[in-house]
Amino acid sequence: MSFPHRHDLETTTLLSRHQGEPAGRSLTPWRELGGYDRLKTAVDMSPAEIIDVVKDSGLRGRGGAGFPTGLKWSFMPKDDGKPHYLCCNADESEPGAFKDREVIRWTPHLLIEGCLIGARAIAAEHVYIYVRGEFFEDTQYLNRAVTEAYEAGLIGSDILGSGWSCDVTVHTGAGAYIAGEETGLMNSLMGNRAEPWAKPPFPAQAGAFGMPTTVNNVETLATVPGIIEGGADWYKQWGSEKSPGTKLWCCSGHLVRPGNYEFELGIPLKDIIFDVCGGTPSGKPVKAVIPGGSSTALLTGDELDCITTYEGMQEAGSSLGTASPIVMDEDTDIVAAIRRIAQFYAHESCGQCVQCREGTSWVVRILQRIEAGDGEIKDIDTLYELCEQMSGRTICVLADSVVFPLKSSLDKFRGEYEARMKPSLVTSGAIHG
Amino acid sequence: MTRKIHPAVVGAQPFQLTARETFDGPIFETEEGKERLEMALSRYPQKTAALLPMLHFVQEKKGWIEPSDMEQVATALDLTPAYVHSIATFYTMYNKHPVGRHLVQVCTNISCHLNKGEEVLARFLQEVGTRQGEMSDDGEFTVMEAECLGACGFATVVQVNDRYFEDVTPESVPDIVAELRADA
Ligand SMILES: Cc1cc2nc3c(=O)[nH]c(=O)nc-3n(C[C@H](O)[C@H](O)[C@H](O)COP(=O)(O)O)c2cc1C
Ligand code: SF4
Ligand code: FES
Repeated sequence: MSFPHRHDLETTTLLSRHQGEPAGRSLTPWRELGGYDRLKTAVDMSPAEIIDVVKDSGLRGRGGAGFPTGLKWSFMPKDDGKPHYLCCNADESEPGAFKDREVIRWTPHLLIEGCLIGARAIAAEHVYIYVRGEFFEDTQYLNRAVTEAYEAGLIGSDILGSGWSCDVTVHTGAGAYIAGEETGLMNSLMGNRAEPWAKPPFPAQAGAFGMPTTVNNVETLATVPGIIEGGADWYKQWGSEKSPGTKLWCCSGHLVRPGNYEFELGIPLKDIIFDVCGGTPSGKPVKAVIPGGSSTALLTGDELDCITTYEGMQEAGSSLGTASPIVMDEDTDIVAAIRRIAQFYAHESCGQCVQCREGTSWVVRILQRIEAGDGEIKDIDTLYELCEQMSGRTICVLADSVVFPLKSSLDKFRGEYEARMKPSLVTSGAIHG
Repeated sequence: MTRKIHPAVVGAQPFQLTARETFDGPIFETEEGKERLEMALSRYPQKTAALLPMLHFVQEKKGWIEPSDMEQVATALDLTPAYVHSIATFYTMYNKHPVGRHLVQVCTNISCHLNKGEEVLARFLQEVGTRQGEMSDDGEFTVMEAECLGACGFATVVQVNDRYFEDVTPESVPDIVAELRADA
């Protein structure tokens, strides 16, 4: 599917308006569209004022956890005399998610502007944009934009004559999902293995290079210029009280029109899947949807009437996550799908925690066995037990990321698992025959 | 404090595989090597942070990273070769063995799995006539399974060197292989 993704449902394109247009990729046309005007506004504001506006806007982090952005920024120490850093998380590796790449490749200047405003808010002297290494082509647009912005005096020393200085460096990863976790990211940036660390220390205390650091997602930062321009109340006209604003949706799987769409938070999930994305190409009913990227609990085709806010998705028993619904039609082999997801997490476990390292690969072995028709009913109990052991006991939530889709699939599609089991000796009559 | 600004990038760069270089001599004594190292060092408060960028640089030039390269990177950054080795092996993008001129990585993760990712992978292996992870006899291809490439709405996604092929189907594989073969 190529850009732009147009459709009938009303869309609110705060972030994606210029995706698919060349204007976003170079400085002159971008400035004609008002680019970097918001940076100008921000350099005339104090850091506290910027934080207040973003706090009031209710913006929540788009990296998956939905943590309030203004609040996160307010944790950064003030006047401590240490260098501060902002890390922009562009590692985008959660299966199902592909929104940050679109921001990077279509509107790199929007992202840079957001990074600079964020940096000003937390008094950072350097922004590191950590992009996953696989995004070679997309990173080129970003690199070019950074160079242009340096040449125009928008990055570097004395930005826009304000006396404030800040650098921006694009840092590329090298293939490790766990580098998307914020402490893993900072370790990776420092030239270490991308292993998450147990908090404390929190990033705002001692993050990248041992200094106070904030990590924010690409979409989060790209939203900030709009908020600076329009104000908190303007932003809050969209979405709900707890989930204001708009969100990029990454729709994939069995869909007629998969792709990236931007909506105000709170429209029904089923409208996105059926009206916007056209339902399944086979025309068959939807069997299941993993709504927030592969680490969220699966919903059945009957549970899609839920509202796409952070709180709405939680009420539905799942979570908004990265807003990346993965749609599966009736013919989908649920066991194989969950096995494939589990395989990913087993491959990407950094191996520091036993529950995660052993648990993820054990889950995969059991699922492979069931898929091959060699499973036994007691394997289901073992899977439940593993879910129990892998929840909430590890340094980061990668282990939990397997539990959500796995456990929900066992709860909701137990019959599919059971139907795959090895015919038991009892029913085949071998014992009582 | 005066900062030397290189408004340029330090990480992975797109690369031309036709011009694969062999570094017989020291990598970081070539003009380009010196420049890339200096550039990277100017962007971080600690030297070790230049490690991933320098490994990317070596791979961009050679297609893979061998132990002697790791030693050179270690020397340039005051690290031990063992440390550099532990990093190079942690990250999957660094090739520790030679790969074909076209490194084909087929995503079979969930969204691609739902859109015949495994079939696409099998078709590539069949067209190229090799086994997963092994270089084809003519040195043209290495085909591997990949994890999510972050383009799931365009499933199946296939990365070939620094380029993404999107909406790949099993049927479109022969054309892609032909195109790659012709791309001298
Ligand atoms: C295993 C794991 C992988 C993650 N991957 C990403 C990622 O690719 N991109 C991202 O922005 N956040 C990712 N996160 C979330 C980050 O840890 C962090 O919460 C986020 O970048 C904060 O940004 P935000 O406050 O703007 O949402 C991941 C978290 C975990 C536990
Ligand atoms: S939970 Fe898994 S990925 Fe996270 S730190 Fe522990 S072992 Fe590493
Ligand atoms: S699942 Fe294949 S690109 Fe994400």
